[in-house]
Amino acid sequence: MIRFDHVSVRYADAAADALSGVDLTVPDGELCLVVGRTGSGKSTLLGAASGHVPHFTGGRLSGRVLVDGRDTREFRPRELADVVGVVGQSPVDGFVTDSVEDELAFTMESLGMQRPVMRRRVEETLDLLGLAELRDRPLAQLSAGQQQRVAIGSALTAHPRVLVLDEPTSALDPGAAEDVLAALHRLVHDLGITVLLSEHRLERVVQYADSVISLAGPGQPPRYGVPGDVLGASEVAPPVVHLGRLAGWSPLPVSVRDARRQAVDLRSRLSTLAAPATSRAGGSVVLRTSGLTVRYRGGPPVLHDLDLTLAAGQVSALMGRNGAGKSTLLWTLQGALKPLRGTVRVGTEEPSALDPADRRTRVALVPQDPADLLYLDTVGTECRQSDTESQRPARETRALLDRFTPGVDDDTDPRDLSEGQRLSLVLAIQLAARPRVLLLDEPTRGLDYLAKDRLAAALTQLSRDGTAVLLATHDVEFVATVADRVLVLAGGEMITDGATRDVVLSSPTYAPQVAKVLAPDAWLTVAEVARALPVPA
Amino acid sequence: MNRHGELHPLAWWLWAIGMATAASRTTNPLLLLLIIAVLGYVVAARRPAQGWARGFRAYLILGLVVVAIRTVFHIIFGGGLGETVLVRLPELRLPEWAAGIRLGGAVSAEGLASALYDGLRLATLLICVGAAVTLAEPRRLLRTLPGALYELGLVVVVAISLAPQLVESALRVRRARALRGASGRGLRAVRSIGMPVLAMALDRAVSLAAAMDARGYGRSGSVSAGTRRLTAGLLLMGLLGLSLGAYGVLAAPEQGSVGLPSLLVGVLACVAGLAVGSRRVLRSRYRAERVDPRSAAVAASGMVAAVCLLVTSRYDVATAYPSTYPLDVPQLALLPVLGLLIALAPAWVAPSPTSPDSRATERPSATGAEPTPAVGAGRS
Repeated sequence: MIRFDHVSVRYADAAADALSGVDLTVPDGELCLVVGRTGSGKSTLLGAASGHVPHFTGGRLSGRVLVDGRDTREFRPRELADVVGVVGQSPVDGFVTDSVEDELAFTMESLGMQRPVMRRRVEETLDLLGLAELRDRPLAQLSAGQQQRVAIGSALTAHPRVLVLDEPTSALDPGAAEDVLAALHRLVHDLGITVLLSEHRLERVVQYADSVISLAGPGQPPRYGVPGDVLGASEVAPPVVHLGRLAGWSPLPVSVRDARRQAVDLRSRLSTLAAPATSRAGGSVVLRTSGLTVRYRGGPPVLHDLDLTLAAGQVSALMGRNGAGKSTLLWTLQGALKPLRGTVRVGTEEPSALDPADRRTRVALVPQDPADLLYLDTVGTECRQSDTESQRPARETRALLDRFTPGVDDDTDPRDLSEGQRLSLVLAIQLAARPRVLLLDEPTRGLDYLAKDRLAAALTQLSRDGTAVLLATHDVEFVATVADRVLVLAGGEMITDGATRDVVLSSPTYAPQVAKVLAPDAWLTVAEVARALPVPA
Repeated sequence: MNRHGELHPLAWWLWAIGMATAASRTTNPLLLLLIIAVLGYVVAARRPAQGWARGFRAYLILGLVVVAIRTVFHIIFGGGLGETVLVRLPELRLPEWAAGIRLGGAVSAEGLASALYDGLRLATLLICVGAAVTLAEPRRLLRTLPGALYELGLVVVVAISLAPQLVESALRVRRARALRGASGRGLRAVRSIGMPVLAMALDRAVSLAAAMDARGYGRSGSVSAGTRRLTAGLLLMGLLGLSLGAYGVLAAPEQGSVGLPSLLVGVLACVAGLAVGSRRVLRSRYRAERVDPRSAAVAASGMVAAVCLLVTSRYDVATAYPSTYPLDVPQLALLPVLGLLIALAPAWVAPSPTSPDSRATERPSATGAEPTPAVGAGRS
């Protein structure tokens, strides 16, 4: 269905190929997962399949890409619209109209279809993706998961043979991601659509994939094959594959179900060993809220009567579905939002009463989109500006940055950094003020496994040094790795507050893969298991 | 077909144009305030819940600003005429070569009233536009455009809808900048907020363009060069005819011979040009807008108001244009008031925009991004 014939792509002014030596065929009706580190060319590969590369991005594509027999050299994206549907990372950015039904019809209108056909297909798509009750709703009022399903639906109504999705679940909570992926799975099975999908959080999708393309990085040809084989040799792999490698299973499992069947032996070995160490308790209380109620103009309260403490030396994870009030809580704790009722105290001070410069020396926040904090044109000037702002000796911010992510060139434009590097830069800038509490909003969004490991190490080190860390996240694997304590927010109320192990093990939604494989024993991460197992002879 | 319970998008525009015509035919503050009251009531009763509809308040504020500016300008530059001097400002003597310009001096009740009336009329016209934009979804107006203009129209609508997003990202970045200890004021703040906002807007525009491209926007059928030239020629001729005709009819009605014929020729040429041009377009429409009795009633009620004021301005000059020199108390008359009250009808005739249940489930934000905070983040 999609034929890559010795494809290489090099962008203008780039020193190396963004993609090289891609020579493979994705057959009809397959769900193919594209994996690789940040910058390995995932988006370029997906773009090449829809004609977006090079028609829209510029650059030079050598070789040929054939989609359903059409050469993307001769057909521009708009002329491929009837065979390829495209869904981007952020559905809102791609919406042309503002209501669900019109958005679903837009592609068909462009293709000049007859009205009765359009009406029938819109109805079918509404049913297929469970959007029927939302048909008249404005797009802006939908939740992120619903918006993503509308985006998929609007690509589907034209009945394309191929669907290309670039990280469709990166902004979604685990439940909404499940919904979107289940819808995709059904499309592949019912309609025989070929799906090309990229995703960082492999643990979410790999069990649905028929095949995997693993991009090794610039200059190296990709590997293509069944998930077990390809991921077994890849540095980018979900926890269950790492566990399989550790235990020496063959074939390597890619889903929790496969792994559980192979894990009988491992479970019996582990059950004789000491249970993993419990989470650290944390030191003195640094931040305390009482009766916190927050609401936006005219709306109902977003947070309701919240009591919360954060302790020095402890990493806490704040979880809950999209729209539960996580971000609001972080902004309120930082002091940028004033609560309607109740207090936030850091020591004896109320952060919202301080001016912004003093506030950040008590509580620092890394917002959901860290790039909002950056405005200068090189990394070097950002670092110098940060030293001045925080009244620190020269190069302190730079030293912090090197600690998190070494080797970022001073002359780079912050906008050209990878997600991981940008997060490190903002983290360094915020930590230069030496806050007692660090808040992070969705820090793992768009990070690959290596960048996440680095972030985890940095956060653990920070908390060892006595900072209280609170991160809002949907990433259960990351929580299992880094957090000592988990808070769950629902409908503006704190419904759970407990040690990570107790909370994640009691709920299938929040349980990491390793816990699911090794249940009922309380293991959370591959690293824990590796530490506990005697070194094989 | 129209979505269940929606008016033809042109209905609200015709209604608002009627109100604007009415406003342009009077300087009577009582009548102008009545027009604003009617607009406000109908907007309050029939405003849709969507985002673009929250802007009516901005138009009201803009109207106030217009009145204020007009008045202040009058006080500074225009004083002079009128016997009832309210206050005498210090007058600035200008050098010989600037004779004729006066700064300050006596402010008379007569002059002030005339400035106020004038400002109020301009403000009313603005609020009419505001009401139309608020009540009729701009995107739906697109569907009434002929095929040849659709793509152009879509670009305009998308550009317009980017404006509120720009404001939203500016607020977001300003809040984020406070996290770095910035106060959010001064020239530095403009740069530190402006840069990321512009970068964001650009990124968004590019990704929207890519998405539209991937969804087949701009696919076109093939037409011969001859047809293209014919289209261009017809449209050019049409525009020329329209401009000439409009000038003839509106500005120089005494030379009636040119006006009407060239207007007619212009309209015909435009229609023919658009019809030929639309052949190039492959696009089909998911919904066609249909004129239903309610839409016709809404448009007609606006027209009635316009006609009533037109008649008043012709036969009852004292009511339509109350004298300010000497200063008279403005009077109301039955006909214009009746006309304007009829224009209130859409508040009941037009369908209720949203059922209460869909309002109840409205979410504070779209993507989990932060809604605008109600209380300002410590602006010390």
